[in-house]
Amino acid sequence: MKNTSTFHIGQAVPLERDNIDTDQIIPKQFLKSIKKSGFGQNLFDAWRYEDEGFPGQDVSLRKINKDFILNQKKFLDSDILISKKNFGCGSSREHAVWSLLDYGFKVVIAESFADIFYNNCFNNGLLPIVLDSKEIDQLLDLADQRQQIEIDLENQIIFSVDSEIAHFDIDPFRKKCILEGLDEIGLSLTHSEQIKEFEKNRILDSPWIFIDEKENG
Amino acid sequence: MSYTLYDKLWNQHEVTQRADNTYLLYIDRHLIHEVTSPQAFEGLKLAGRKPWRISANIATPDHNVPTTDRSKGLEGIYDEVAKLQVVTLDDNCKEHDILQFDIHDRRQGIVHVVGPEQGLTLPGMTIVCGDSHTSTHGALATLSMGIGTSEVEHVLATQCLKTSKLKNMRVTISGELQHGVTPKDVTLAVIGQIGTAGGTGYAIEYSGSVIENMTIEGRMTVCNMAIEAGARAGLVAYDKTTEDYIKNRPFAPSGNKWLEAIDQWKDLASDEGSYFDKEIIIDGSSIAPQVTWGTSPEMVIDIDGLIPEPTSDSIKHALDYMNLESGKRIKDIRLDQIFIGSCTNSRIEDLREAAKILEGKKISSTIKRAIVVPGSGLVSKQAIEEGLDEIFIQSGFEWRAPGCSMCLAMNPDQLGDGEHCASTSNRNFEGRQGYGGRTHLVSPATAAASAIEGSFVDVREFIS
Repeated sequence: MKNTSTFHIGQAVPLERDNIDTDQIIPKQFLKSIKKSGFGQNLFDAWRYEDEGFPGQDVSLRKINKDFILNQKKFLDSDILISKKNFGCGSSREHAVWSLLDYGFKVVIAESFADIFYNNCFNNGLLPIVLDSKEIDQLLDLADQRQQIEIDLENQIIFSVDSEIAHFDIDPFRKKCILEGLDEIGLSLTHSEQIKEFEKNRILDSPWIFIDEKENG
Repeated sequence: MSYTLYDKLWNQHEVTQRADNTYLLYIDRHLIHEVTSPQAFEGLKLAGRKPWRISANIATPDHNVPTTDRSKGLEGIYDEVAKLQVVTLDDNCKEHDILQFDIHDRRQGIVHVVGPEQGLTLPGMTIVCGDSHTSTHGALATLSMGIGTSEVEHVLATQCLKTSKLKNMRVTISGELQHGVTPKDVTLAVIGQIGTAGGTGYAIEYSGSVIENMTIEGRMTVCNMAIEAGARAGLVAYDKTTEDYIKNRPFAPSGNKWLEAIDQWKDLASDEGSYFDKEIIIDGSSIAPQVTWGTSPEMVIDIDGLIPEPTSDSIKHALDYMNLESGKRIKDIRLDQIFIGSCTNSRIEDLREAAKILEGKKISSTIKRAIVVPGSGLVSKQAIEEGLDEIFIQSGFEWRAPGCSMCLAMNPDQLGDGEHCASTSNRNFEGRQGYGGRTHLVSPATAAASAIEGSFVDVREFIS
C-alpha cells in the first residue's frame, strides 16, 4: 500500500496516560550531555527499567520492567507512539524529542500536546499529530492487533491496511519543513535586512535595552 | 482600538511575517544556562554562523552547580559529565564574549532570579531562555517565553524567535488574600482550577486586586507557574510597584534615560475594553493554602482537603506512585525532607516568609533533611545581612549556596526512594526530585510550618 505520498508506515505502541511530562520522557540525570544523540536508551528510563538509571551505564546489564508497554515483546518494534492529553508537558528540554527520535520513533499521535514540546518536534523532524479521542481509540485497536499504520503526510491522512482512519491538520509550512528538511535559521536570515532595520528603530525608541552596565555607571 | 498587554508587547516586537505565515519576533534579551545551550552553540558553529547581537545575551550556570562547598569552584562538581556542561558554557561565553555570571561570581544564581535582580529584565522587553520557567519575567510587564534548544540557536543566529501569536487569557484574582495565604497558593489554585493544559496556546495576564497589591517577587512566583497551567507566557501590567522594583538596579537605565523609560513603560497595561479570548475570575479570599498530592501540579487541594478517589487512570497511577490512600487527610502525610528554593520561591521575600515562621523553633526530629537554597549569590548575601541564615540553621535547616538544586535534582541534592518532600518548587512529576521521590508543592510558609510539625499544617492556624 505504500505510495509516493507516504511519510511513514509502522506499528504503534499506546501509552495511555494524560500529562506525560518531559521528566518522564527523559529524566534529568541524562540532560548533562552536551550532545544531541545517545538519549534513546534512556527514553522513559524510570518506567523502562527496574533500577535507577545513570548516565554512562551499560543498559544491557540493567533489569528491565517487563510490565512496561515498550518492553512487551508485542510492541518492541514500534515506531509510532500514541498517547492522550497534554503530551510533553513540563520543561522545554529538547532532549525529550531527541530521545524519542534516537529510540526510533518517527511519529507521536496524541489528543493534545504541550506548546514547547510541539515546536521542538518540528524543529527535529519528529511528526506530532493531534487526533480526537475516538480516532485515537481506533488506532489503539490497530496497535493492539499489530496492524500497520500508514501516515500520508502530503494528504494528511492516516490509513490502516484497508481503510482511511483519520484526517489530520498540520500547518502547511511545518509540513513542508518535515518533508523537505528546510533550514529554519537560513530561511529567517533571508529577512536579515528587515531585522536590521527593526533593530535600528528599537535602539532609537528604547535605548536602555541596549545599554550595558559600564555605560550605565 | 484597544489592545491587551500581550498584544502591545507583540506589536512592538513583530519584525515581519515569513512566507509560512509565522512571525519573526525581535528578542531584546536572551538568557542562557548550561543545560539547554551547548547543542545550540554547536549548531551555530557547524553552520558557520555567529551570534547576531552579543550584548542581548546573559549567561549563568544554575542547574548543575553544587550547593554545598562553592570554594572549589568547578572542581567542586564531582560529576565529570555535569562539570563538562558547565565548562562548555564557560567556553562558549568566552568564545563569543557573552557576559556570564560564572560559578565564582557573587551574582551567579538561578537565571530567572538573576535577570530581574540585575535589572536585565526590563518592562516592555521580549525575553527568551531555553527554560520553560522564563514565564517568570512576565511579572515585570515583559513578554517572556521558554524555548527549546533549536530555538535557542535560532535566536542566537537571528535575534528573532520564529513564532505564532498566542491567544489572550485573563485571570482575575479579586478581593483580598487571607493572612498566611501567599502568591504560591494563588498560582497553585489557578492551576487547580484551569488544569495543566488549560492555558495551552494562551498568554495569561494575571490581574485583579490581589495581583495589584502583590509585590514584584510575588508576581514572579505567580507568572513562574503559568507554564504549569500550559501557558508559555504569564504577564502582569506595569505599575508603580514595578517602577520601584526596577529603579537603581545595576542594568536599569538611569538619569534622563530612566525618565524616558518610565514614561514609555506606563502604557504597558491592557487597555480598558480590550478583548480576551478567555476570562477566569477567582475570589482571592476563598483561596486556602494549597498542597499538591499527586504527580501533576493540577493535582492540588486545600490544606484541609482529603486525598481524592481514583476516578481516572491518571489519578490511580498518581496515588500508587505517591503511596496515598483516597479519603485520608493531606495533613496526615509524614514528611521526610523539606526543600525551600527554586526559581519559584528562592527570593529574599520567600526566605523572610519562611524564616518568620521558623524563628525560635526547631524542625521536627522526624525530618531527615531540610535545605534552603537561595536563588542567587546576592539573595544569599542579603539574607545573611538580615540574619536569616542563622534562623534557618538554628531551626535545623541546612543553608546552601545558590542554584536550581533539588527542584530538578541534577546536582547531588536529591530525594531518596519513597521519601515525601514539602517543596517550594514548581513540578511534582515522578522522580523529578530524585528517583522514587514524592514531591508536594507548597508555599515557603507552609514548607516552614510543616517542617516544624513533621507533616502538613495549616499555616493560617500556625501563625494566629
